[in-house]
Amino acid sequence: MQTALLIEQILNGLQFGVMLFLMAAGLTLIFGVMGVINLAHGSLYMLGAFACAAAAAATDSFWLGLVASLAAAAAAGAIVELLIIRRLYDRDHLDQVLATFALILIFSEGARWLFGSFPLYLDIPPVLSGAIDLPGGARYQLYRLAIIVVGIAVAVGLYLLISRTRLGMRIRAGQSDREMIAALGVDIRTLYTVVFALGAALAGLAGAMVGALQSVQVGMGEPVLILAFVVIVIGGIGSIKGALVGATLVGLVDTLGRFLLPKMFALFLGASQGTTVGAALASMLIYVVMALILAFRPRGLFVASA
Amino acid sequence: MNWLRSETPINFLLVGLLLLVPLAAWALEEPFYLTLATRVAILALAAVGLNVALGLGGLVSFGHAAFFGIGGYTAAILANHASSLQPLTTWPVEIGGSDAMLVIWPVAMVLCGLVALVIGVISLRTSGVYFIMITLAFAQMIYYLAISWPAYGGEDGLSLALRNSFPGIATALPFNFFVICYVLLIAALYLFARIRDSRFGAALQAARQNEMRLAAVGISPFPIRLMAFVLSGMVTGLAGSLFADLNRFVSPSMLSWQMSGELIVLVILGGAGRLFGPVAGAMLFVLLEYILGGFTDRWQLFLGLILLGVVLFARGGLVGLLAGKVRHG
Repeated sequence: MQTALLIEQILNGLQFGVMLFLMAAGLTLIFGVMGVINLAHGSLYMLGAFACAAAAAATDSFWLGLVASLAAAAAAGAIVELLIIRRLYDRDHLDQVLATFALILIFSEGARWLFGSFPLYLDIPPVLSGAIDLPGGARYQLYRLAIIVVGIAVAVGLYLLISRTRLGMRIRAGQSDREMIAALGVDIRTLYTVVFALGAALAGLAGAMVGALQSVQVGMGEPVLILAFVVIVIGGIGSIKGALVGATLVGLVDTLGRFLLPKMFALFLGASQGTTVGAALASMLIYVVMALILAFRPRGLFVASA
Repeated sequence: MNWLRSETPINFLLVGLLLLVPLAAWALEEPFYLTLATRVAILALAAVGLNVALGLGGLVSFGHAAFFGIGGYTAAILANHASSLQPLTTWPVEIGGSDAMLVIWPVAMVLCGLVALVIGVISLRTSGVYFIMITLAFAQMIYYLAISWPAYGGEDGLSLALRNSFPGIATALPFNFFVICYVLLIAALYLFARIRDSRFGAALQAARQNEMRLAAVGISPFPIRLMAFVLSGMVTGLAGSLFADLNRFVSPSMLSWQMSGELIVLVILGGAGRLFGPVAGAMLFVLLEYILGGFTDRWQLFLGLILLGVVLFARGGLVGLLAGKVRHG
């Protein structure tokens, strides 16, 4: 029974990590190529979830909702880049923080205006409902397993996109020297818009998939955004590999910490107090891990080649 | 002090206005405006703290809500222990609570200074975007700690039965409490001006403008930035404990990332690095909140649009706009 529970928690950690990876990959890509810190990435995540919930409610199909979330997030990303982010490339980080903080306020109030303050609910698609048996007697929700698979597929896809395609070549070139690639005749402005839309679409996808597990509501994006920041700080800003490793680490440490620490402290301090202390410490655990990693490697585990 | 001149009349105007409004409110017996003015004074004090790190040192701390919240929780926790007569700890020595502001303020400031020291030592090893994200992450850590620690209210927050006391002054009267906050704000502004014009302040601003040159003249930027970050956290923490007394309530929202964002907005709206920037920013912010909030529930939408406009088009902030002079560096 205990091992079955442990396997379930490890899978939960992986699923959480995969979701964080989708957020962190977009953030780290945008920072790596454009040098912009985008606080509004969490709003794009929320937008994806709302688009999926609204489209799924209108068409009765989760899959159409998923398509809608990708389209809506990518379109919103492109528009935001064209209207606002574009003006911030040669500004300092403070201006970028403020402008994207303003975007959060606008997106959140806009969503509250359109959809109201009550959370929306999104059903898991019938094909993926139910659970499957795992070795060791555990049963695991099929939908969460599907999220892990999608996340791995996205990771592989991103790797192929960046290392094997012409677009990927330009992204890498843009990461190492933007003036040079512009001088070589590549339309750098369009490239920026495409990268931003790609990052936004990944955030929208994450939001839509998680929307079926939790409720869809205003403000759901920012806690995830801050965890994604922790992920890319651990992984090294600008590195997709770092984002993958960091996301898996944060997902597993957070989930297993919340599962194991209360039990461990309960052994020493007695059930009720131990659970309280353990739960409080577990909520701080990933930040402690982040601090430890930064103490030894201030620029993260994988320093992006810049 | 050539650069000071164009700002001086505006500064006097701001300080006078902040004193006039509550005096008028007091005379007209409109306590609501007194509360509003007290809110301005406290938020301005918090922003003066942030202005040391952000304006002078160029350290974009997105985690100052941590200090604001710790200050608030210090006031609430000490006051609650004082009213329930339960000691905070009995080992190694018995430490009881307190409802005296003169005890709470130094405790809050020392606590915030220590937390700022720990956060600063780790996060100041990095710079730029890393620093922004790490300060944000540490503030979030303290936020989650406050939520998951049930002894002090957890998610529901903690209320204070009475406003804490100050010898010789009836703090329960709104006007008296405003005066306390106002005097502390003026003291903090004086301190800020002294820091800015001191050798330490010169080194701090040099670290913002050109770290390499500062190092070349033999001054290491790290301890100077750390000192500034600690001072900054202490002043913001003091404001937090006043905020707890103003509302007679603290909740984890004082520690939230929105709070950190709002503090940065206060500093930038007013004009970063300018002595009275935080005062102007806090007045503008509370005024916007009050006026926009008066006719629409969606006031944050308009705040977002205004903020976007300020960042994209009006870079000197309000004081910069009024004084008509761009700050260099």
